[in-house]
Amino acid sequence: MSIYILKRGLMAILVALTVSFGTFALFHYATDPAQTIAGEDAPQEMVDDIREQYGFDRPAAVQYFDWLGSALQGDFGESYFWKQPVVDLIQEHAKVTVLLALAALAVTILIALPLGISAALKPNSWIDRFALSTAVSAQAIPNFWLGLMLIILFAVTFPIFPVSGDATWQHFVLPSLVLGASSVPAVMRLTRTGLLDVLSSDYIRTAKAKGFTGYRLILQQAMRNALLPIVSVLAVQLGHKLGGSVVTESVFSMNGLGRLAVESIFNSDIPTVQSLILIFVLTFVLLTLAADLINAWLDPRIRMG
Amino acid sequence: MMTTNQAISESGQVDSEQEGTNLGLSPTMAALKRARSHYGLKIGLGILLVMAIFALFAPWLAPHDPYLQNLPMRMLPPVWVEGGQWEYLLGTDHLGRDYLSRLIYGARISMTIGIGAASIGMVIGVTLGLIAGYFGGWLDQAVNFLVTCQLAVPSLLLIMALVFVIGQSITVVIFVIGATHWVFYLVVTRSATLRLRELDFVAAAQAMGCSKFQIAVKEVLPNIANQIMVIFTLEVAVAILNEATLSFLGLGIPSPIPSWGLMIAEGKQAMFFQPWLVILPGISLFVLVIAINLLGDGVRDVTVTNRRN
Repeated sequence: MSIYILKRGLMAILVALTVSFGTFALFHYATDPAQTIAGEDAPQEMVDDIREQYGFDRPAAVQYFDWLGSALQGDFGESYFWKQPVVDLIQEHAKVTVLLALAALAVTILIALPLGISAALKPNSWIDRFALSTAVSAQAIPNFWLGLMLIILFAVTFPIFPVSGDATWQHFVLPSLVLGASSVPAVMRLTRTGLLDVLSSDYIRTAKAKGFTGYRLILQQAMRNALLPIVSVLAVQLGHKLGGSVVTESVFSMNGLGRLAVESIFNSDIPTVQSLILIFVLTFVLLTLAADLINAWLDPRIRMG
Repeated sequence: MMTTNQAISESGQVDSEQEGTNLGLSPTMAALKRARSHYGLKIGLGILLVMAIFALFAPWLAPHDPYLQNLPMRMLPPVWVEGGQWEYLLGTDHLGRDYLSRLIYGARISMTIGIGAASIGMVIGVTLGLIAGYFGGWLDQAVNFLVTCQLAVPSLLLIMALVFVIGQSITVVIFVIGATHWVFYLVVTRSATLRLRELDFVAAAQAMGCSKFQIAVKEVLPNIANQIMVIFTLEVAVAILNEATLSFLGLGIPSPIPSWGLMIAEGKQAMFFQPWLVILPGISLFVLVIAINLLGDGVRDVTVTNRRN
């Protein structure tokens, strides 16, 4: 088990390093950071001065490992665009994104699990059909458009929830609905097929013969096994939400990491983009690792084997 | 959807009620017969055909030039709203351009990008999948590492960064979306290749002296074509939504090209007064994507035997 964790941990670090170097290389060769800092119409001498001062004239690999060395000590460099430490920027913006991602995950679970379970309990019934058509439609709705429709609806017709900003908990209601809805199809389908598989297995027949019925049969006996793939997919979805709240944050004007990422891309702010990508990738890899560990805890076959 | 499948036995034979005997039915014929009674597939295909005709014959079907600005006629509502004019069936945008014409031309953009990006992803994913599955060893591990990296990066951010750095155009958007959406093809191709590699007909081909490349292309590929086709349709839908999102955020198709995502972004400024500017392109996207997904699900139902129902 510990060897397994060690292997996965090493893999995680390798992946994070590869991706962050890739990002660095992309921006290093495609944009001129000295020009970015100096501004569009700065005189050439000034740009050259900055290039020398910041060390942009050194080889790419040297610059990358220089940045990485400080990053490992918690210093992610200074933003070219906002002219303040990237760490401060990330701290300012992280809270909104984390809250939004967790709320969205809750929305996903609250919609997808009950729908998937009811669909699996009565295959081919009206609830099954309803669940499947919900999944098909939700998959086809552009996320940002759903957000705009909710804004029109709630700003004009039912002004109960604010539609822009991130000051109070009410501000999070609509964005987390939008972000949560995007994961409903995948999680719902997986719950349905997973539970259907488990329900046709021998041990459930035995449990039924022993007199287990109703929610005890489903929740205590069947769901435990059906949960394994759901845990994995939820971890992946949470990872995507943390790194992918770009659209939702833009639509609802929330000051989270996603919007920070978009703005730093627009402004070729290499240190910020690079740090954000590193954080997103690390979070994603750690979340999937955590999901594997939870699965190992739920399923002795994984733990022992 | 379910009821039609129930009428079909697991062996892929069509219920004899439908059309005489089914003896000697080839797999293709059987699949076609199943397709004929699959409602989702028929609806999806029908909608897609109509939209494809509009996209193909846009210059003849669109009532106006989609780029022609007519400022006195700006912000006209659709004809069923008060103030609408029959000449501009779905109204005009903030520059007085005919909205219906822009929507029709927008179908072209969406379809081109969907098919283009999904094809590029297919070439990358299937090639890598064949390599990983057929040769195994360190090549398999290298490909596996690539997949882990690809999955760990937030894909929308990666696409945005690439488009920003390379430059905004239709071609760039197609290539960037394609280059970031190949994992599904790869996973399916790899596992199918691993399975097929052990089968007798591949051994027979080897015994006859076929090269590894020949076996991959002539023996393995035809056997996974159905599954690849299903993934292709679903990836077309994903690519279309991705393009719309990119264009909406201002990092996709450049203005004034009529991309539906861009139209939503432009209409957003006025969405409280003229909500149809946002609603119409959104509905177009929704209908196109749902039709593609229905088609993809349908093709999977009628061709991929072990996944059916």
